[in-house]
Amino acid sequence: MTESLVVLDRVVKRFGTFTAVREANLTIEQGEFIAIMGPSGCGKTTTLRMLAGLEEPSEGEIRIGGKRMNAVPPHERDTPMVWQSLALFPFLNARENVEFGLKMRGVDAPERKRRALEWLERLEIGQFAERNIETLSGGQKQRVALARSLITEPQLLLLDEPLSALDAHLVIRMQSVLTRLQRELGITFVYVTHSQSEAFAMADRVVIMAQGEIAQVGKPRDIYRAPANRFVAEFVGRNNILSGRIAGADAGFVQVETPVGTLTVQADGTPPAVGTEASFVVAADMVHIDRAPDGAANSVQASLISEEFVGSVVTLFLEADDGTEFKVQLQERALAALEPRTGDVFHLSWKAEDAHLLPGAAI
Amino acid sequence: MRGAAINWTLRVYLLLIFTFVFAPIIFSVIFSFNSDRFPTIPLGSFTTGWYAKIFADSEVWEAARNSLIVSLCTCVLATILGFCTAYSDYRYNFKFKGPYLALVLLPPTIPLIIMALAMLAWFSKIGVSGQLWSIIIAHSVLTAPFAMAIIRLRLNQIDPNLEPAAWNLGASEWRTMREVIVPFCKPAIISALFLTAAISFDEFAVAWFVSGLNKTIPVLVLEIVQGNIDPRVNAIGTFVFFISMTLVILAQLFFLARLNTKAAAHD
Repeated sequence: MTESLVVLDRVVKRFGTFTAVREANLTIEQGEFIAIMGPSGCGKTTTLRMLAGLEEPSEGEIRIGGKRMNAVPPHERDTPMVWQSLALFPFLNARENVEFGLKMRGVDAPERKRRALEWLERLEIGQFAERNIETLSGGQKQRVALARSLITEPQLLLLDEPLSALDAHLVIRMQSVLTRLQRELGITFVYVTHSQSEAFAMADRVVIMAQGEIAQVGKPRDIYRAPANRFVAEFVGRNNILSGRIAGADAGFVQVETPVGTLTVQADGTPPAVGTEASFVVAADMVHIDRAPDGAANSVQASLISEEFVGSVVTLFLEADDGTEFKVQLQERALAALEPRTGDVFHLSWKAEDAHLLPGAAI
Repeated sequence: MRGAAINWTLRVYLLLIFTFVFAPIIFSVIFSFNSDRFPTIPLGSFTTGWYAKIFADSEVWEAARNSLIVSLCTCVLATILGFCTAYSDYRYNFKFKGPYLALVLLPPTIPLIIMALAMLAWFSKIGVSGQLWSIIIAHSVLTAPFAMAIIRLRLNQIDPNLEPAAWNLGASEWRTMREVIVPFCKPAIISALFLTAAISFDEFAVAWFVSGLNKTIPVLVLEIVQGNIDPRVNAIGTFVFFISMTLVILAQLFFLARLNTKAAAHD
């Protein structure tokens, strides 16, 4: 069996007394689009810099293509990176910037030029080839930076928050450019971002990091539906988190006694013992909201506090009698039928299958 | 109304400053074409005789050659030294970096006479005084801090990711120096070359002390005026002035050109 393209084996990175990354284990397959996401200082950029060889792991091993890479200097790797600041060479024009990687590999000038123009054309900025970098717009510079890192046709492309400096409408366009390129080229992308929407929109798998640890790795949908712990549940947002005590268990479900009533929750694997503390999450868009009780098993009464519109999606914020907060997400059309006013009391309900127990102690 | 008054006052003030600075030089230029031996008004007749005289004087040619060699070698040496210190300051953090930088930037703050005496004492002790390259060494020490300052300013503007980006694209550290750092600093390097050349070309005190028999232009000028009043000095002075000004203006142009292209790009 061939090994995965990238393997992080118990990787630790310390800066003095500060541990930036602790015991990170991760495998990345050929052709995958991986997003590493987390709040600032979580170790995501350090992880990326270790892949590029700009930092050396303090412990553990990084293998790329089966080869141990710990001490391989950056210029002997084939792991081009798209930088947050873009880091384009200001004294070179667009084409010369794109040619840089080939020049370092000793490709002759006519061949370099031909391939650079090809890439600029492919990214739809062929007409700016001879332009000074300073005269290009943010989106155009972004494309030059992409072409520059892709021209050597690497197996692995590293991206460090490449879209964070762009306007919102450009971000969406660049996202589609990136996903299209990734599919067409079959290159592995490792994409570091603090933006959930970017990560979830593009990645095959998302790695969530917190305080130097990998908190969860999974498909965007799985992370959203079944967060591995409280940190992920809170970080991903859009989740209702409820805590209580296990009151009973039967056939893949447990009853949890919470301040808002006893609720049934799906429990994969071995359920926790009766009497222990437990938390579970219900995604905000899985909660059904109505004025009258619909007779479902998991039902809670709460009054409306506020609403928030993002595009055609509305998030309602409600509060139960004991102060427990609930978030409910629904389409704007559904909202019109509901005619909610602040202070109105609603019945919230969800299927037991849509509630997920958070394993172990929350970090 | 008051604004206009202040405006005019400032303009007159500026004019006075320029007059004060440039009048002696302008007079020197005028008297270099004056046939009278003594610089008095009214002027005598127009003449290029003094120029003819200095062109015919082998001593002047010798001094000019010395000055040229010294300033050329100095500007190259000082700029290399300045570049290295600027880069080491930009790139690395190390113990005693503060004292290191203070030491590097010290020479221009030492009174020239003291510097010159110290150089002479030291050079004669190690047996290298009185040579042309004694002046070159002394001038390099003296002017390197200026080169360092100019190049360090330029390095302040670099994106700290620029070097790692080059490594990331397959350039070794040396290659990155050649392909990224030097091209990035090019305007500052050229500017430093011109400026250090200009300083070296004009410098008198140190050159006088350590030159021995190898006179540079400023040293020759002093020797001429020590003997008697000789309008040849005005002719030489005019030459020196135009060469220095050309060098300094070129230095400014290279440094400012970079800033202007940046400003234009942001419009």
